[in-house]
Amino acid sequence: MTFRNKTLSLALTAAASVALAAPALARDTIQIAGSSTVLPFASIVAEEFGNSFPQFRTPVVGSGGSGGGLRQFCQGVGPNTIDIANSSRPIRPNELANCKSNGVTEVIEVKFGYDGIVFASRSDSANYALEPRHVFLAGAAQVPQNGRMVRNPYTRWNQIDPSLPNQEILLVIPGSNHGTREVYEETVVHPGCHSFAEVKAMDSSARNNFCNAIRTDGRVVEVAGDYTETLARLDAQRNALGVFGLSFYDQNRDRLQVATMSGVTPSLETIASGEYPVSRPLFFYVKNQHVGVIPGLLEYSLYFMSEEVGGDGSPLEAAGLIPMPSNERRDVIRSVRARTIMQ
Amino acid sequence: MTPSDSEQTKTQQPDLMDLAQKRDLMQQRVAASLKRRHASEKRFRLYGMAAVTVALSFVAILFITILSKGLPAFWQATLTLDVYFDPEIIEIDEKPVRQPGESDGAFQQRMLAWQTDLGFVNFNRIILNSLAEVLPEAPRYQRDAMRLVTSGERFGLRQLVEDNPAIVGQTLRLKLLADANVDVWLKGNIDRSLPDSQQQLSARTRAWADELAERGIIRNQFSTALFMNADSRSSLASAGLAGAFMGSLMMMLIVMFLAVPVGVASAIYLEEFAPKNRLTDLIEVNINNLAAVPSIVFGLLGASVFILWFKLPLSAPIVGGLVLSLMTLPTVIIATRSTLKAIPPSIRQAALGIGASKVQSVFHHVLPLAIPGILTGSILGVAQALGEAAPLLLIGMSSFVASVPGSPFDQSTALPVQIYLWQGNELRNFFEARTSAAIIVLLALMISLNALAIWLRRHFETRW
Repeated sequence: MTFRNKTLSLALTAAASVALAAPALARDTIQIAGSSTVLPFASIVAEEFGNSFPQFRTPVVGSGGSGGGLRQFCQGVGPNTIDIANSSRPIRPNELANCKSNGVTEVIEVKFGYDGIVFASRSDSANYALEPRHVFLAGAAQVPQNGRMVRNPYTRWNQIDPSLPNQEILLVIPGSNHGTREVYEETVVHPGCHSFAEVKAMDSSARNNFCNAIRTDGRVVEVAGDYTETLARLDAQRNALGVFGLSFYDQNRDRLQVATMSGVTPSLETIASGEYPVSRPLFFYVKNQHVGVIPGLLEYSLYFMSEEVGGDGSPLEAAGLIPMPSNERRDVIRSVRARTIMQ
Repeated sequence: MTPSDSEQTKTQQPDLMDLAQKRDLMQQRVAASLKRRHASEKRFRLYGMAAVTVALSFVAILFITILSKGLPAFWQATLTLDVYFDPEIIEIDEKPVRQPGESDGAFQQRMLAWQTDLGFVNFNRIILNSLAEVLPEAPRYQRDAMRLVTSGERFGLRQLVEDNPAIVGQTLRLKLLADANVDVWLKGNIDRSLPDSQQQLSARTRAWADELAERGIIRNQFSTALFMNADSRSSLASAGLAGAFMGSLMMMLIVMFLAVPVGVASAIYLEEFAPKNRLTDLIEVNINNLAAVPSIVFGLLGASVFILWFKLPLSAPIVGGLVLSLMTLPTVIIATRSTLKAIPPSIRQAALGIGASKVQSVFHHVLPLAIPGILTGSILGVAQALGEAAPLLLIGMSSFVASVPGSPFDQSTALPVQIYLWQGNELRNFFEARTSAAIIVLLALMISLNALAIWLRRHFETRW
């Protein structure tokens, strides 16, 4: 057996040519990244879009969290940057400023529906009827007691309120990289926290810091991964109470039971009507400078907004999205068609 | 020997009795220590056996859990239905045929228009009609009936018509995949005694599924969807590994054509030609260090260099392949160098002795003998790269991609990343098994690569 010089040099040349073939190729696939809450919805739309429009390729949907997606989105303009960022919260002013300073001056905001956040325990565990106040007292680092702030003394739920089950407190909440965490804080923890006169007396930044501080004795667990990780925590510990998206809970109803919040059971109806308090709008952001460059970008956005994809009885509703009322939908579609740029 | 020792021997030497006594004493001591030594050997053997047993039982537990969870996922609930391609529902023109003298663009335009027309056909109606043949109640409860068949099948039927429009008007006996939740229900992966509110399917759909399973219309059949389809989220039952497999294959090809030749060439140079000095020592130390760098670091490097700097596309196997090549390079270099070191110097000397040049001695004599070792090292390096997920997450390969990539510049995922993605899917009852099935496929690929490495070594090995 002989190894020829020629073979070797041929292989080397081939390798080198692969390595150097790095032209900025024009891209014909829409590239999306961002919120893991939006990911299932965007993936379904992307797949149906690719199947319904033979002239466009199926968009590619990545995750990375709302913050991560928007950061990638704001990196610049060009085929190696993403076209759409999914977000489970509105874009922040500093993020938009960052976008603009990187040349992403034209951003279209598209709100496409609502999502509920639910508290759920294992189906063989106790059933909870929660108030925002209970959640705050269970998870806070310090709680007000007789006009003073003391270290959180509660170890069992029934110590907070006798109506709650006699179970160890173990709260599994999303990590701060998730948009869900912000909604959890704003719609559950803050209302609970602000119900105390001592807290109301604080100035606003001290109040925020006080309310957001979570106890560090291991009774609150932050999960940086997705809801499957939260579910795995519940599988391991019967006492745990986890925070989930409504759609995740919906697909695992056989293992989980949902807690009521202020007496309202979360469901598509109660969230759509606003009766269930813990919900939030979902968004995606489109880079207008890529419209017309990346084929199908505007068509995808309009398809996402169409009644048959995201309305009542649609595949997105089946996946757990709470559809927008039709007048709101009409306004959004109008603004997408007009390609209204965010200021 | 200390002075006191030598004195002792001198005084004791003449005394024979003493000597005999000493010998007895010695024998006793040896006998005693022999027992101790045997005991310690026995103990060590036991430790060793215990270690092997523990390691093997962990491997056994791993394999048993993965196989018991994953194997059932290779069989899926499948409906066998007579599907009538009703020409009243499929109202389309004849499929365009290229006219002589027609330009490429014009033909494609006509084709696209035809495909768009076909896209408007309601294939769900056709599925519902064929369900009505076996379930007369189906048209009355459309929503419940449509939950039986996975939603992606309508595109499957459309593809059939697109490939061969002549089937319109015919009745074909087709196998349609059942919905993921039907599969879960029939396999008993959800507690069947739970009340309606905790079930995914309505009571009617569940009763229908049971009825059809009893009549043999729904059967648990080996599913090609797992191998033939790309990932899917809108039609969970048809989610497959084809996209991830192609992505992994392309990356492995890039690694093979990039890391292996570069690695082997640098190893040959360093081992056979390079002078031994400070510089080459430094290079050697750094190559060894590089082999120990955590793989995620290569991902960060890839994201900043290949994507931001070279402007290569996101989520593309070309970037993944380059990153994995960098990761595999040190492994290949180290394996090749140690193989070259193991070739006896006599081979080189003999070649030089009969007048071969240095290059001739290396390429005609040393390298052919080293080939089995180099191949083994390279295959193990490639196998390691195949199972790597961490660096790929950083270059956007953890995206949801619903199409099979056609070139290394297309967006794609890879097998280990697909496992990660399925592990996070919401429908746990279905995807726990699916994830294990994907692990089985990846493990099977790994084992066959390793087996190939062993076979190559056995086949070409030379013993001195």
